Amino acid sequence: MENKPPLSTLAKQQVVSAWIFLIPMLLVLASVAAWPLLRTIYFSFTDANLDDLTSAHWVGLTNFIYLLSDPDWWHAVWNTLVFTFLSVSIETVLGLLIALTLNAHMPGRGLLRTAVMIPWAVPTIVSAQMWGWMFHDLYGVVNDILLKLHLIHEAKAWTADPHLALIAIVIADVWKTTPFMSLLILASLQLLPQECYESAKVDGIHPLKVFFRVTLPLIKPGLMIAVIFRCLDAMRIFDLIYILSSNSRDTMSMSVYARQQLVDFQDVGYGSAASTMLFLTIALFTVILMTVCRVTPGKEAA
Amino acid sequence: MATSRKFSLSKLCMSAMFYLVVAAIVLYTVFPFYWAVVSSLKSDSALFTTDLWPKRVSLNNYRSIFLEQPFGHNILNSVIVAVVTVSIGLFVSVTASYALGRIEFRGRTTLLMFILSASMFPQVAVLSGMFELIHALGLYNRHFGLILSYMIIVLPFTVWVLTTFMRALPKELEEAAIMDGATPWVIITRIFLPLLTPVLFTTGILAFIAAWNEFLFALTFTLTDNMRTVPVAIALMTGNSQFELPWGNIMAASVVVTLPLIGLVLMFQKYIISGLTAGAVKG
Repeated sequence: MENKPPLSTLAKQQVVSAWIFLIPMLLVLASVAAWPLLRTIYFSFTDANLDDLTSAHWVGLTNFIYLLSDPDWWHAVWNTLVFTFLSVSIETVLGLLIALTLNAHMPGRGLLRTAVMIPWAVPTIVSAQMWGWMFHDLYGVVNDILLKLHLIHEAKAWTADPHLALIAIVIADVWKTTPFMSLLILASLQLLPQECYESAKVDGIHPLKVFFRVTLPLIKPGLMIAVIFRCLDAMRIFDLIYILSSNSRDTMSMSVYARQQLVDFQDVGYGSAASTMLFLTIALFTVILMTVCRVTPGKEAA
Repeated sequence: MATSRKFSLSKLCMSAMFYLVVAAIVLYTVFPFYWAVVSSLKSDSALFTTDLWPKRVSLNNYRSIFLEQPFGHNILNSVIVAVVTVSIGLFVSVTASYALGRIEFRGRTTLLMFILSASMFPQVAVLSGMFELIHALGLYNRHFGLILSYMIIVLPFTVWVLTTFMRALPKELEEAAIMDGATPWVIITRIFLPLLTPVLFTTGILAFIAAWNEFLFALTFTLTDNMRTVPVAIALMTGNSQFELPWGNIMAASVVVTLPLIGLVLMFQKYIISGLTAGAVKG
């Protein structure tokens, strides 16, 4: 009982030291995240040019009006959404399959896990170039294999054909990011109680039924968080598309569009407007996903 | 009799199916990198055949990237930038994660949400503001410009992961120290740091890989061949012909930068997986 007053001054001291400890991080984040973000939003209301950022004039909503009436921008929005939907859904299914395989008790599991980790370790740019080479229209191994298996009759221009390029991009992205997904799912799988599986086995319930009735509902919270993370990550995709189909307008993502305006066309004002729209879209998506899935990352930690 | 034989046959079928799936997974995950290795070992004309192993192994592509291109320089740039970024990042986040993980104060949850959203931030959203900042500080086309901009990628991640691990340590640890009159600084450096060494190591590796692989900022904030980091160098590699990319060189460079990363993964697999999942599942 006597301890109470000194503890509360101690608690006060602790709060003070907490803020002192936070200052370096807050300063760094304020200068490299908050400030540049605010400047980008400011630039989106000006006619700033890359050559001379100081001579920017306020132009109000002009950039946004142009942006929202540009079919190329809407095409980029559409590409980004289609890409996100396709790659995240394929990754989730494939990731589940791989995680279940890794979770099975079998000899050589460590080796399999190592093999699965390889795509994760490959830098995105390297994976983009590797797939670009495999998808090469004349000398690519993908065409070669498909031709030999008689699945296609003539070599395809995977990265140049607007209909195929998005598929090629999704395939390369799925390869690179599925390991991350399966590791996250595996982590949830390993937390599951073994008892209900044993009793299901004793009762002779079909494994598929066990999966849909027991496993899937139990890992759903972890799975949802992994899906949200991947969705938000997929929506900002830049590297892979920039390399695989460069600045082709057929497959451009929102990030590629914004950077092209900003750097290649030197139009900082307009490019910043596109960046700001991307930022708002992702923020909106985060809010929607979190309310729909009723997931608050902070609470999961508790 | 008959039923038991049927049962074991179906069991055999099941495990055959299972190993077929395993083989398919391994083929799918390993083949693209294997193909890059094989292609990098083929000399000019052999590159355009689809042999699964080169008829004559040639190191020409490797010679070419180091002698005809400043690839050695690019590797050095990447190492400098990644190492300094990780060191500063870890240093700043250790104290911050102690405050966020061990001390109760108002606004902590808000701050954590803020940090989490910063890690999901599209890099393009800060591109023009960052460009202005880097120019104003005279850091364009310099290592420190990249290091500064990489803080936005590395810091939210390291703070988040370290906070998760700090929380998991038992409360009694510091209570005894507080009773003995130890200051928070002493508690961090004498008690938590030694305990957290493996975690710091894990987080450091993951942050290093993130900085090593970064592309958008490196592409935008460097100008000359000699200042480029590895991903930008690989992306912009050009050959003698204007119409055809030097695929052999690109594959050789890809193998050179990926092998150390695969080595890291092989050696520290368990650490890396624990760090990755701490950043997301528990988070």
